[in-house]
Amino acid sequence: MSKILPRETELTAPYWEGCRAGELRLQCCASCSKYQFYPRSVCSHCGHAHLHWQKVSGCGRVASFTVVRRGISADYEAPYVVALIELDEGPRMMSSIVTDNPIDVKVGAHVRVEFADWGEGQMLPVFALS
Amino acid sequence: MPGNSLRGQVAIVGAADSSLGVVPGRTPMELCVEAALGALADAGLEKHEVDGLVTCNAMAQPMLYHAEAMAEYLQIFPRYCIAAGAGGGTTFSIIHHAASAIVTGMADVVLVAMADSMRSGLTRDQAMLVQASTGHPEFEQPYGPTVPAYYALVAQAHMAEYGTTEEDFAAIAVAGRQHAAHNPTAQMREPITVEDVLASRMIADPLHLLDCSLVSDGGAAVVLTSAERAKDMQKTPVYLLGAGEGHHHEHISQARNLTTSAAKEAGERAYAMAGLGPEAMDFAQLYDCFTPTVLIELEDLGFCAKGEGGEFAASGALAPGGTLPVNTHGGMLSHCHPGNPGSMLALTETVWQLRHEAGERQVPNANTALVHAQGGIMSSHTALVLGRDS
Repeated sequence: MSKILPRETELTAPYWEGCRAGELRLQCCASCSKYQFYPRSVCSHCGHAHLHWQKVSGCGRVASFTVVRRGISADYEAPYVVALIELDEGPRMMSSIVTDNPIDVKVGAHVRVEFADWGEGQMLPVFALS
Repeated sequence: MPGNSLRGQVAIVGAADSSLGVVPGRTPMELCVEAALGALADAGLEKHEVDGLVTCNAMAQPMLYHAEAMAEYLQIFPRYCIAAGAGGGTTFSIIHHAASAIVTGMADVVLVAMADSMRSGLTRDQAMLVQASTGHPEFEQPYGPTVPAYYALVAQAHMAEYGTTEEDFAAIAVAGRQHAAHNPTAQMREPITVEDVLASRMIADPLHLLDCSLVSDGGAAVVLTSAERAKDMQKTPVYLLGAGEGHHHEHISQARNLTTSAAKEAGERAYAMAGLGPEAMDFAQLYDCFTPTVLIELEDLGFCAKGEGGEFAASGALAPGGTLPVNTHGGMLSHCHPGNPGSMLALTETVWQLRHEAGERQVPNANTALVHAQGGIMSSHTALVLGRDS
């Protein structure tokens, strides 16, 4: 058994390659210049289909979080923090917050991305309190 | 105005629950059939009179074409037959669809039936995993969120934005248990206090065990006909006065707003169709997979101001005898939660309340009710206004 691994697609491959290279990347629309997440074949803001990948700051704030005390499976060692991160560039994403003290996590806290080994060559973005 | 053709045109004329709670050794289909035949008997109808069937797939016994499989099991041959999938919100969106089918002549007698065996048909781990599969497989699930964790994100955001407390959420669990105490089919009937809720095991901060719904077996069914036909039937009809839906997102990480949900639009649309507002509701059945969902629904469905759900819940208004009894059967928190069919039990309860057949649990002079269900993670919402007067 292992942790749940994301299944990459051709469209999302640049995101996951970025993670393996230690970079957080988002799609940016060539038409309206907005960022979006999760990756899609069209811009979720303006509907145009010309999107390119850009490295982003990796900075954001905690929109919400929880401390999971009863894990989803034996491969996830509780307690662990699951959070919704509002990235500085606008989009929101789910992630983990890596911390020795879950009690330090607050809504609104500033965070910065790191990358964690999820197994089988997959690196996932996680966040630390900054 | 859209939907005016539905108001008062369709009635629920039969309702029944299956065996509920912990029911090992019976498949979801068997439970579904039990409820279906019970609802038909309650309506005084024979199965050959059913020409419309709507169901929902069972997680513990999934089938590719569930409604067709059930029609075959029952040996009925409907001209309108479909299984819908919208999580817990399925129930009431199905009623919306079924009512539309009757009004447009797609069917005259629609049987809506659902059941599942989340308790006995799946291991605890399987139940957790299948329900958590609502999360995005690539961008949410890998982080290991459980269903309580998804809803805890909503609760935590509400606490941060409005100062709602764990005690406020706990008051909802306490009220649900007070209703369940009067319900012989409820799984959990022992009274609890706010302190009991806070002392129960933390599952995903801020949600304790008693903030979370049960995991149960069971199902229910209702029979719908035109209001015209309902007049000749043996039980007091329960009329559909309003129906409204709202769909904001599927995955919680894509929610436009964590503390206000599409229950707001669903309610507005249902109230508009009914020509009645929240103040006209004698009681409400609100989706209670977790205590914070009820709190947000109270606000979004107009029973109190935004941000004041905690105060409203803590006031005792939701309890038996309160100004707005909520989940008069005990809800999914204390009565039964068999997965997708959970709200069917709120629906049958509402039928008994509005017929004045609820015995010890009867809300005095019950005339009109708001029933609401949501699916996904506060994703899809349906609100119905039901009443004794068409």
